Amino acid sequence: MAENDILKEITEREYKYGFVSLIEQEYAPKGLNEDIIRFIWEKKKEPPFMLEWRLRAFRYWQSMKEPHWAKVEYPPIDYQDIHYYAAPKSFKDKPKSLEEVDPEILRTFEKLGIPLRERERLAGVAVDAVLDSVSVATTFKEKLEELGIIFCSINEAIRNYPDLVQKYLGSVVPYTDNFFAALNSAVFSDGSFVYVPKGVRCPMELSTYFRINASETGQFERTLIIADEGSYVSYLEGCTAPIRDENQLHAAVVELIALKDAEIKYSTVQNWYPGDKEGKGGIYNFVTKRGICLGENSKISWTQVETGSAITWKYPSCILKGDNSVGEFYSIALTNNYQQADTGTKMIHLGKNTRSRIVSKGIAAGFSNNSYRGLVQISKKAVGARNFSQCDSLLLGDKCGAHTFPYIEVNNSSSIVEHEATTSKISDEILFYCNQRGISKEDAIGLIVNGFSREVLNQLPMEFAVEAQKLLSVSLEGSVG
Amino acid sequence: MEILKIENLKVAIDGKLIIKGLNLTINSGEVHAIMGPNGTGKSTLAYVLAGKPGYEVVEGEITFLGKNILELEPEERAKEGLFLAFQYPVEIPGVTNANFMKTAVNEVRKYRNLEPLDAFDFLQTLKERAALVGLDSSYLNRNVNEGFSGGEKKRNEIFQLAMLEPILAVLDETDSGLDIDALKIVANGVNSLRKPDRSFLVITHYQRLLNYLTPDFVHVMYDGKIVISGGKELAYELEAKGYDWLKNGNNGLK
Ligand SMILES: Nc1ncnc2c1ncn2[C@@H]1O[C@H](COP(=O)(O)OP(=O)(O)OP(=O)(O)O)[C@@H](O)[C@H]1O
Ligand SMILES: [Mg+2]
Repeated sequence: MAENDILKEITEREYKYGFVSLIEQEYAPKGLNEDIIRFIWEKKKEPPFMLEWRLRAFRYWQSMKEPHWAKVEYPPIDYQDIHYYAAPKSFKDKPKSLEEVDPEILRTFEKLGIPLRERERLAGVAVDAVLDSVSVATTFKEKLEELGIIFCSINEAIRNYPDLVQKYLGSVVPYTDNFFAALNSAVFSDGSFVYVPKGVRCPMELSTYFRINASETGQFERTLIIADEGSYVSYLEGCTAPIRDENQLHAAVVELIALKDAEIKYSTVQNWYPGDKEGKGGIYNFVTKRGICLGENSKISWTQVETGSAITWKYPSCILKGDNSVGEFYSIALTNNYQQADTGTKMIHLGKNTRSRIVSKGIAAGFSNNSYRGLVQISKKAVGARNFSQCDSLLLGDKCGAHTFPYIEVNNSSSIVEHEATTSKISDEILFYCNQRGISKEDAIGLIVNGFSREVLNQLPMEFAVEAQKLLSVSLEGSVG
Repeated sequence: MEILKIENLKVAIDGKLIIKGLNLTINSGEVHAIMGPNGTGKSTLAYVLAGKPGYEVVEGEITFLGKNILELEPEERAKEGLFLAFQYPVEIPGVTNANFMKTAVNEVRKYRNLEPLDAFDFLQTLKERAALVGLDSSYLNRNVNEGFSGGEKKRNEIFQLAMLEPILAVLDETDSGLDIDALKIVANGVNSLRKPDRSFLVITHYQRLLNYLTPDFVHVMYDGKIVISGGKELAYELEAKGYDWLKNGNNGLK
């Protein structure tokens, strides 16, 4: 009797970002070939080195097969049935200021809670807004420039800082890395670029907001963040998409480079459209995120709250090359209805005394599947390396699944690797116990989910932690009566 | 004043009749004990009072403070002042005892149109009441019942009772699994919570607990009914003669 009661009461959850904006779009013809790549390259007005770079990636991609080792299932993707470029028509010549941006686009971001015009409201947060294939606007640019911080779209960076881009683009995630990274390298259209110069502490959160609007398009964004020696930056990305019956492909690549004594904190609140309660529609989120701690004493910290997407396939990782460098991965992945998430991290210890910490919290409800997949690799030279991993799963009902796949490779004896895992279940017995103390089912679930996620939520910048907490409750809304 | 009135209650689980016509009235300030062999429906009665899903009331009425509580959700019954100390308390992942009690107490206060408690006062109250049942304050920062020993879980139930200040507290075998010292602590805790406007329904198998609590009434439940009621002496009689005494047709004796 017990678990059926919960399941019976599972109803559709509301996705409040599901609206479509009526913006006139310009598309590349459907399909993928060298002409399309030239089309994108021309649209982006990139220097010649990028065309070669893209074509090399494309040719390599053609020789590759889609990976199927993750614990996710989906019908075959027809890569020739997708538009690889979509941009608002009004962007033929990129607007030079917010005044020139189509008001409908500004309204779109306002509805999403990102008022590009009212900068005051986002005081302390600089935003780059990306709609489909293009960056719409970057705020606070001038203020950051005074400190020598570059925060702009990747497209602007390619044109204005080609040396930096050529040096680092593809240095952490080469196009040979995997199928989706190769695809992204060939067709990526926009994304964010950050460079923080030596010794500078970026005084505000940098944030990119990604929005898919056009239908039958893929979004392939590319983000590159370089923290020079002794610098610090905290960066946050958010994502949403309209409700559509079709599945849309999102294949991003994010590369982080931390030089000596530098620190990068990268937070994600991912809320792409998850599909409806029958599992129809939703975003396929196939993302490669990796950072390298290149210099000594550097640190990269990933925090992610993943509540959206029909399928999530992502493993934000750290290559700990510099001695004494630190990698962290804090994750909450919540799946409901028919969502599938296969997510985790790789911590590759190369330098001496490198340390890593993994805290993964998987929450599964409905008929969803939630897997943690992680690799901790300690090389021969990584003397004195340490890792601690904690993987906890929380189940709501008995039709969902939680799985843990920890891979550990230790190649020296002076290293210490610790792994802990727990699985808990919000049973009807627990809910009744809470009810008996005067707490409703919804509140009880909120209490348990927030308690369960606390350690990860604490890692988020304050203003986003509150948002993320709300998002967790909203995502489970209707999962009990 | 009449707090609880159960009339001709019949309850089925999965179509099988478990409680077969039960009557009971509890007035304010009274302590009632229910005894009876395993499987006669004592916990079932406690769950039905608290509103656990899956228990079908086939016949009869339950009135709590003049209201038909069968129409109320479990959380509403709790907020009306009904408390159940569970026979098998569950563990709640990710929620500390302190946070759990803060949420519960404030829900009850909201229901009674009271302001949420001030954080400092609340912490003081938490510590005091935990000490009442011999739980030191480190338990407050642990997840509810997670890794608690059997005895600690039972003490935690009485701690929650103390925090929620109910009008009627149902204790389902709170004494089972307690060592002699813990039994004394729990019994003293309960005694200190006795008030003219708080009633208790204590389910137990043992005379021991009743020695400390001195109930006003003792009822014996057998096969889904109360077959005999009396004063505290009845518990001694039972202890001496065993339940066979009832099976041999002596029920109905007053
Ligand atoms: N969920 C259920 N499904 C089927 N039968 C049940 C269920 N819960 C209780 N019962 C049955 O109802 C009867 C009464 O159980 P109950 O737990 O109320 O007994 P009890 O008097 O509290 O016993 P004890 O002294 O052992 O705690 C038992 O025969 C039990 O097997
Ligand atoms: Mg029982």
